[in-house]
Amino acid sequence: MTVATETRVAELVKAYAGRPSELIQALHRVQSELGHVPQEAQAVVAAVVGVPLSQVRGVVTFYHFFRTSPVGRHTLRLCLGTACHVRGAENILKAIREELGVGLGETSADGAFTVEGVRCLGACGLAPVMMVDDDVYGKLDPKRTKRILRQIREGEG
Amino acid sequence: MINLRIDDVPAQAEPGQTILDAARAAGVRIPTLCHLEALCPVGACRLCLVEIRNWNGKLVPACATPAQEGLDVVANSDRLTSLRRTILELLFAERNHICAFCVSNGHCELQDLATELGMDHVTFPYRFPALALDASHAKFGIDHNRCVLCGRCVRACAEVEGAFTWGFAGRGVHTLVEADLGDRWGRSVTCTGCGKCVQACPTGALFEKGKITAEQEKRPALLAEITERRPRA
Ligand code: SF4
Ligand code: SF4
Ligand code: FES
Ligand code: FES
Repeated sequence: MTVATETRVAELVKAYAGRPSELIQALHRVQSELGHVPQEAQAVVAAVVGVPLSQVRGVVTFYHFFRTSPVGRHTLRLCLGTACHVRGAENILKAIREELGVGLGETSADGAFTVEGVRCLGACGLAPVMMVDDDVYGKLDPKRTKRILRQIREGEG
Repeated sequence: MINLRIDDVPAQAEPGQTILDAARAAGVRIPTLCHLEALCPVGACRLCLVEIRNWNGKLVPACATPAQEGLDVVANSDRLTSLRRTILELLFAERNHICAFCVSNGHCELQDLATELGMDHVTFPYRFPALALDASHAKFGIDHNRCVLCGRCVRACAEVEGAFTWGFAGRGVHTLVEADLGDRWGRSVTCTGCGKCVQACPTGALFEKGKITAEQEKRPALLAEITERRPRA
């Protein structure tokens, strides 16, 4: 990380300076700007917010939301909750793997999609469900899943 | 003074003291693992579970429950022994505790508890996780295969040394004790090399370099010896 990025991170979390209880908000701020929270940024956050490095590491690794490596341009969150599991989330994951060539926790080679698993999106009535960025797609089947991903990719074009 | 009964023996405690403190003062033995004198209680291992007769037999961790007037505590019973043995079995099944090859063989609190509670076999399938040993520190090493995640090292480093080097990274069975931002211990920018974590560790997870099988003896009482000498606020 360059000095410029370090300064930028410090600037981003300035509002949380000396406020250990707002560590999570500070990390959210960094992630929403950089897309992930690299180790160097974690060190800056620790120093500015005023918590030990080990505590930042604990929080970043505890919450699935935080990422320490870069994400694709789109984040696909596939629900692996009970309802979606029962309604065949496994087949949707297979379709995703066939379409994108990657599975859970990975980013497709073209950098378009990062695939994540989540436990219940609170839309069980629509199971199986996935979210791509802020959009929810329910009542999925493998064919539709592939079509949606293709459309998003083309929409980027 | 708070008056209570532990295993039908009258016991007393000062306000702020725990059931464990009262039991120790009354000479009643309660097994513990994550608890260490001088460190904040966290109630993580549940080996010190006791039964409160006048709370409908509710189970509470003695190390983290304040002594209260009139409590009727069962500290030792067949039910408690079987519960404690199950907890131990889970700890043994979760990582690789191969005592015959451990630096702490013969000086290990986990091993001693297994002997005390008559845990002669493990009924759960062993997980045999492939975990690392980090020997990057000049004086010490950490072998995650022997770690029971009691957090005594984390608290010793934070509360007594004030370095806050150790923390828990990850969650569930994947939790590891890690230094700073997860780099190797030898690269830690906060570790002072004081060795308090090593002395606090109940197993062979943290060890001094140069010790071979069965040579590592610990001094967990060191933490209390240090804090008792400190001026009180
Ligand atoms: S040696 Fe001291 S400073 Fe270093 S991790 Fe252990 S307790 Fe903390
Ligand atoms: S390294 Fe030792 S003291 Fe630290 S959590 Fe593991 S077993 Fe406990
Ligand atoms: S289980 Fe998938 S939305 Fe609830
Ligand atoms: S010693 Fe009380 S919970 Fe571990």
